[in-house]
Amino acid sequence: MRPDHLSSMRLARTAAAIALAVLLGSAAATPASAASEAASSGAASSESASAEAFGSNWESWRSGNSVSDLASLQRGARDFLNYCNGCHSLKYMRYSRIGQDLQIPPNLLQKYLVPATHKASDYIGTAMPEQDAVTWFGKQPPDLSLMARERGTDYLYRYLTTFYVDPSRTTGANNLQLPTTAMPDVLSELEGLKRAVFKTVTNSDGTKEQVFDHFEMVATGSLTREQYDSFVRDLVNFLDYVGEPAQAHRRALGVWVVLFLLVFTWLAYLLKKEYWKDVH
Amino acid sequence: MSVEVHPPGAPAVKTGRLRAWFYKRFPIEEFISDQLTGYYAPKNFNFWYYFGVLSLLVLALQLFTGIFLTMFYKVGDTTSFNSVEFIMREVDYGWLIRYLHSTGASAFFLVVYLHMFRALLYGSYKAPRELLWIVGMFVYLALMAEAFFGYVLPWGNMSYWAAQVITNVFGTIPGIGPGLVEWIRGDYGIADATLNRFFALHVVAVPLALLLLVLLHLVALRRTGSSNPDGIEIKDHLGPDGHPIDGIPFHPYYTIKDMVGVGVFLVLFAIVVFFVPTFGGYLLEPANFEMANPLSTPPDVTPSWYLTPYYAILRGIPNQRLGALLLLLAIVAYFFLPWLDRSPVKSMRYKGWISRTFLALFVISFFGLMYAGLHPPDPVYVLLGRVCTVLYFAYFVLMPWYTRIDRMKPLPERLRFRAHAP
Repeated sequence: MRPDHLSSMRLARTAAAIALAVLLGSAAATPASAASEAASSGAASSESASAEAFGSNWESWRSGNSVSDLASLQRGARDFLNYCNGCHSLKYMRYSRIGQDLQIPPNLLQKYLVPATHKASDYIGTAMPEQDAVTWFGKQPPDLSLMARERGTDYLYRYLTTFYVDPSRTTGANNLQLPTTAMPDVLSELEGLKRAVFKTVTNSDGTKEQVFDHFEMVATGSLTREQYDSFVRDLVNFLDYVGEPAQAHRRALGVWVVLFLLVFTWLAYLLKKEYWKDVH
Repeated sequence: MSVEVHPPGAPAVKTGRLRAWFYKRFPIEEFISDQLTGYYAPKNFNFWYYFGVLSLLVLALQLFTGIFLTMFYKVGDTTSFNSVEFIMREVDYGWLIRYLHSTGASAFFLVVYLHMFRALLYGSYKAPRELLWIVGMFVYLALMAEAFFGYVLPWGNMSYWAAQVITNVFGTIPGIGPGLVEWIRGDYGIADATLNRFFALHVVAVPLALLLLVLLHLVALRRTGSSNPDGIEIKDHLGPDGHPIDGIPFHPYYTIKDMVGVGVFLVLFAIVVFFVPTFGGYLLEPANFEMANPLSTPPDVTPSWYLTPYYAILRGIPNQRLGALLLLLAIVAYFFLPWLDRSPVKSMRYKGWISRTFLALFVISFFGLMYAGLHPPDPVYVLLGRVCTVLYFAYFVLMPWYTRIDRMKPLPERLRFRAHAP
């Protein structure tokens, strides 16, 4: 065997090992680093809830959720069914699947999460009739089964944290992530109300434009900013899980598959070396 | 290793009555001998020679996973999207089968592109392997069709709009264009009828064509034998036993060596399937997790990465008809490579610096086009696409000239090969 061939083989194996290590490392590191980032951004602006300016860096906010955090998923499931499910369905998800995956005992699932009119094996619909939704909001609130996959968790996190008071809207609220959103600021009883302060900037061509500068709280809610932050993170985490319920299982299984294949490759390499001793 | 090759018809069986019974009725021994133990391949294959067998592996994987997906997939504009989610959520290991199939599609193109690059690198397309190359190009065409039809089947919004964009390309054909588009779609727009016929093409017609073409590709390979990194024919030096001195039986030497390549490939493949199945939106786009919606166009409609080089060529030309023509030429050009290359040697090892430069520029232009095609049509990406289009075609158009004037190095008499230290 020619030396450059040998080295390219070795290179491929090393690259595979590094790729695996990086992947496993990043899978473990991402939630933690993102969470600490989110926590520090929260801490910087949470000293007082009144006129403290915050949110100028909202575009860099990350969800920092982790679907391996079972307690967070359980809280997210509870909060989704209490706060979101009135308008939003999860039409690809059964109550029972949530119970299984999130380790909620069937009796507790039936008692607290499944509506009295439903069975645990039912898909999660919404009680709101479509006609009413169209009358009230102009459109039917979207099904959220795949929203985390379609928009990403950071988008959902920023959407739920950048509502602000806007009297010009029929709902009285507007949103930075999704301007002119049809959704009212339904979580304001928890978060409180905030005002968006805009500043005027002059573009290079001389035109003036209003751009967002920062938020100011105008009314407090029942949760502090840290509490609301983790409330949203749990919700987003739950929607992340709902987008692909098998993802935790997928990663867990993947580790064993890759380890098996590495051993297989090593054995195949030894076998190859043995056979190729005959080739001169 | 001794290799037994039985002359056809000779009663070579000494042991086992069952085997003897079977052999009398079916030429299994000859088949194994012709295809594996008696097929002599050059002994100096390097890294680039793994991708043929890897293409076969991925083909088998796609057929296997595709059959299982078909058991649960329900074609139809109201059912397709839901049935894919049903597979992802409620079918036991359905998510695995689906991710293997969706990752397999990209893996197929990756290994086929590397396989094709090997041919460019070592001149595997040159005489006497012109037919082998041409059949291979038809495999590539069938693969593009297969991937496109398959991409539409999940009936996500990207599926819908990609189908819209790609079928529109046929509308630029003068005269018959608009009628042809309608005929392909079976409706005025992409609709249920389109989805159903694409399903038929994806699971029956194109796979049959693919299998037939792959078979022909292998038949042609058996006639000429494999090329090798030195680009000289091992059949020119036969030993006393009638076999090439520099050849070794494909089985066991290459079957076992290929297992190592298969292992490395599967490790990388499994990492994608289990840890990054969407690959940041390159393998499964976020917009495709929304059901097809004729009223809402996704922000950027781009084809999958493996088709974007051609898409960038199409998009770079202001005249749509001319763009479509260039797109066609960009693919047709490959077919003429055996006759465009006038070099007396096959391998880049012995070609001169001009040929090497043009091949390098071609590879850069291919990546440049891929990159440009993945981005929205901003002026900078359109410009990049145009520059790369010129480089892309320069490789083909100027080939008869630069391969003739290039200074080649002298060919060795025999293969260059150094065995393992004992």
